[in-house]
Amino acid sequence: MKFTLSWLKEHLDTTADVSAVVEAMTMAGLEVEHVEDPGKRLAAFTVAKIVEAVQHPNADKLRVCQVDTKDGRLEIVCGAPNARAGLTTIYAPIGAYVPGSGVTLEARPVRGVVSNGMLCSARELEISEESDGIVELSDDLPVGASAVEAFGLEAAIDFEVTPNRPDWLGVRGIARDLAAAGLGTLKPDTTAPVKGSFPCPIEIRVDGDACPVFAGRLIRGVKNGPSPAWLQQKLVSVGLRPINALVDVTNLVSQDRCRPAHVYDAAKLKGPVIEARLGREGESILALDGKTYAVGPEICVIADASGPVCLGGVIGGQDSGCSDETTDVFLECAWFDPIRTAQTGRTLGINSDAQYRFARGVDPESPVPGLELATQLILQLCGGEPSEVRVAGHAPAPPKAIAFDRGYVKKLSGLNVPPSRIDDILTKLGFAVDGDAVTPPSWRRDVEGKADLVEEVARIEGFDALPAEPLPEIARPAGGVLTIRQRRMRDARRALAARGYAEAITWSFMRQEWAEMFGGGDPKLVLTNPIASDLSTMRPTALGNLIDAAARNARKGFPDAALFEVGPNFRGDQPADQWTAVTALLAPHSPKHWAKAGGDPLFALKADLLALLDELGAPQLQVVQGQNAGWWHPGRSARLQLGPKVVIAEFGELHPRILKALDAEGPMLAFELSLDAIPEPKKKGVKTKAALELSPLMPLTRDFAFLVGADTPAGDLVRPILGADKALIADARVFDVYAGTGVPEGQKSVAVEVVVQPREKTLTDGEIEALSGRIVGAVEKAVGAKLRG
Amino acid sequence: MTDLTRMEAELSARVAAAADLAALEAIRVEALGKTGSISELLKTLGKLTPEERREQGPKINGLRDAVQAAIAARKDALETAALDAKLAAERVDLSLPPPPERRGRVHPTMQVLDEMIAVFADMGFSLAEGPDIEDDFHNFTALNFPPKHPAREMHDTFWLPEDERGERKVLRTHTSPVQIRTMQRLNEKLPSWIANGQEPPIRVIVPGRTYRSDSDATHTPMFHQLEGLVIDRDIHMGHLKWTLDQFIARYFETPMVESRFRPHHFPFTEPSAEMDVKCDRSGGDVKIGQGNDWMEIVGCGMVHPNVLRNCGLDPDQWQGFAFGFGVDRLGMLKYGMPDLRDMFAGDTRWLDHYGFSAFQAPNPATGLS
Repeated sequence: MKFTLSWLKEHLDTTADVSAVVEAMTMAGLEVEHVEDPGKRLAAFTVAKIVEAVQHPNADKLRVCQVDTKDGRLEIVCGAPNARAGLTTIYAPIGAYVPGSGVTLEARPVRGVVSNGMLCSARELEISEESDGIVELSDDLPVGASAVEAFGLEAAIDFEVTPNRPDWLGVRGIARDLAAAGLGTLKPDTTAPVKGSFPCPIEIRVDGDACPVFAGRLIRGVKNGPSPAWLQQKLVSVGLRPINALVDVTNLVSQDRCRPAHVYDAAKLKGPVIEARLGREGESILALDGKTYAVGPEICVIADASGPVCLGGVIGGQDSGCSDETTDVFLECAWFDPIRTAQTGRTLGINSDAQYRFARGVDPESPVPGLELATQLILQLCGGEPSEVRVAGHAPAPPKAIAFDRGYVKKLSGLNVPPSRIDDILTKLGFAVDGDAVTPPSWRRDVEGKADLVEEVARIEGFDALPAEPLPEIARPAGGVLTIRQRRMRDARRALAARGYAEAITWSFMRQEWAEMFGGGDPKLVLTNPIASDLSTMRPTALGNLIDAAARNARKGFPDAALFEVGPNFRGDQPADQWTAVTALLAPHSPKHWAKAGGDPLFALKADLLALLDELGAPQLQVVQGQNAGWWHPGRSARLQLGPKVVIAEFGELHPRILKALDAEGPMLAFELSLDAIPEPKKKGVKTKAALELSPLMPLTRDFAFLVGADTPAGDLVRPILGADKALIADARVFDVYAGTGVPEGQKSVAVEVVVQPREKTLTDGEIEALSGRIVGAVEKAVGAKLRG
Repeated sequence: MTDLTRMEAELSARVAAAADLAALEAIRVEALGKTGSISELLKTLGKLTPEERREQGPKINGLRDAVQAAIAARKDALETAALDAKLAAERVDLSLPPPPERRGRVHPTMQVLDEMIAVFADMGFSLAEGPDIEDDFHNFTALNFPPKHPAREMHDTFWLPEDERGERKVLRTHTSPVQIRTMQRLNEKLPSWIANGQEPPIRVIVPGRTYRSDSDATHTPMFHQLEGLVIDRDIHMGHLKWTLDQFIARYFETPMVESRFRPHHFPFTEPSAEMDVKCDRSGGDVKIGQGNDWMEIVGCGMVHPNVLRNCGLDPDQWQGFAFGFGVDRLGMLKYGMPDLRDMFAGDTRWLDHYGFSAFQAPNPATGLS
């Protein structure tokens, strides 16, 4: 909303300038968007007088004018039909930027005659929509006077109102707060009741659900037409379009008091009754915006015998609107329910000034005072004879008194405000103060309790005065404030970053088809209002988004992405369905290098995963192959499990079909680790480490080569070896896998290096021999392997 | 005894001329071996008279020592030459590049979150968390958003479909629902990571993903917030001001940040405020702690009595404050990322440039950044 300083001064006795007003508004809670200064926009434009205007030699519609300007007498070519000798108008010099047409003026011949400037229309100056020719000004204005002065334009303060303060949507409401904040004195309200000279012939009925209270009156014998210049100027200065005197009055009252009203041409109303009721199925209305709206039983309409003539509190109907021919006007000043008005606005897609105000809550006590003010103005501008006021229905109950201990101001805000000052602030804001009872004014329905009163006092006293007081010391949780899980999330990030992965944060949503491909896509997880179709479904995994990110990088010429993300995935819409995954994606890429590095990158990824698990304190896990979901390569992927059921991670190469569907060039490798599935140690905090035993005896190594079935995982040989003598065997490492010449068909040779750590004494040859026998036996028993001869 | 002198000269010359270790060994055996020429001379000493032995002994022993020393010196010289030759052959071109390595990065938003957590942890705040998919009660109703109130509309909420009971879940529009989860215990089984009611006093921060249906250079459909909640007997707005002032000075790593509180409106706080910090916008980018402009940095206020009541706390017994930061935006202000949308694009060049090393974890000894 916008207002000007002079308008504010109609309500506030103050010497403050615009910047002081802006500062005071900001500190009272009104967010000033910007100050629109027409002086800047129109600085180059000044008053000029046409001395002579003659027909252009080469163009019928152009005139060549001799003009007295601040730059002396100039020859200017003008196409306006009203360019005539003696006219006082606005001149723009060469080099001026004309806001309405977006051109910077140059001295250029127009059909052979050089124009040394331009004479401007109101549209070119952006002060009005109309453009019947160049501006016609009063002859009293001297040549060289500024356009801003000539039009009486002034700076408009544009501000945002928080939804709790509809009273700020009227200039008087702002004046009241600024007066309380010490910027001046609120002038008394001079609106007086206008006595009616006959009973209102139109009966008003209300359905309380649709419209609790409705005040109206008829004014006979008005003379409508364009409003006087002062009113037009006032409306234009705050960005409103003048229409005709009757409508302009309602807009003025709305802007001045946050009190929207509506005028009907009484001659166009059918029947003796005006009714505010809910709409009926099948009804519709042609509104003032030229569109036809179907109304239903959720919408409040004002209806006559023919049906709806207005959408209550939202927009008027075209067929009952006031025109220059209107002589009898029916004036409506009602109170519409905020929630219903907001819903109507949303349902029909209408956001009018009235709807905006009613949706936030107009003062329920305002219909009659508003009606009187509008009557006063109509009589002043259009004449006429008013009827008595008719009121139907009842305003909702006024706000209740609040028991207010003044000490609560200090307790909640920390501010030291003397009780007399507290009462002074509240009184100036319109609150009724009676001992401990404080009653909010009818326009402050947002104030419900004592905390609201503290806010009123604190913001007017000034948040600047708030003391900065240190938080009291409290006992800190031993071992840091992070839970084990929170700490693991942080450790996972830094562990993967240390191993060369870049952390991405991708959307929690993905394309529905992708979600389905990754086992998700439950209709419960599809947004009803996604921002785009590719962001429609809560993701079952981050894999799809990371593949997509890697593919996008590749398309830009960077095919070697190594990305990870630590974030939520969703199995369903319940809190327990959300789980935290560490997901990594590797697009393996072997750049040319003088020293060739070899090896399967899948095992580099496995090393990263195992290092991460080690960092997170995960226990020993089993590798289970052949059970991964369909988006993994069937032969090059596996799970890491804790026991037969708990899957901690899946890793491997992604299925080429999935990559193709996501328009990604393969191969790509990935792992997905469930952070929540890793068991947590029982206790947080310092853990004493077990005593370290360092044997003085040299460890020795023995190599074994076993023949096993080609399908037997090499990893299955390690566990029985380690179990063959837990005291002596320190490690067992597979160092070679071979199939081919010398190995029977359907078998492979797996070579394992076993590290033996003697504990108490050096082992004899016989003891080593016996240990080897136990190792071979254990492996044979576990996987049917034979020692290779 | 010119024989001995001649012998020494002859052997020394041969030792010096020995071309390799094998030739040198042959000379040693010839002179000092069991039947070597010097060994034979030593054997003659036993047959001499004591007087002769006194005269000859030192001479022959001297010859032996001299030859032994010459052989050792020559051996050392030959070994050194061999090693030098081997090392010379091992020369490599060290201007060659090492094998390529990837440089890992921590995302700037997560780095900033770690920084924020470090500052608040030092003030005694713990972390609380809640789900991204919320119910209407936690996201709106319990936070004192009246049903159908325009304030709900301002949140540009993402909705999930209606369930059998006609209720719609939402993607949380802010981290504030975790205020409710921290103060109010639910009788349903929740995963242990979700806050589920604690007795006051309460001092928590809540980091997390939040969602609003909006997209431009400063708005994305998903972003990060960090909420703060302090509940105790006598916590007032002055404590809030101190806490935020402390945070801003430590986060921006300058004691000179000037701030102001401005009244605002949030349904879940009363009084409500926004805090602005002084900044300089004249150079195109924003410099915090300089200049004469103000920039809004955090929304805050005293927890609304209705919110306390909705969680079963008596507002006459307990009171406190809450605040909510935009984490991504705070990161942009400190580290200069120009466009919020880039944060979520996963561009490796961007991550490499704006990301942080794994070893830059905020630490009280080294500072935050």
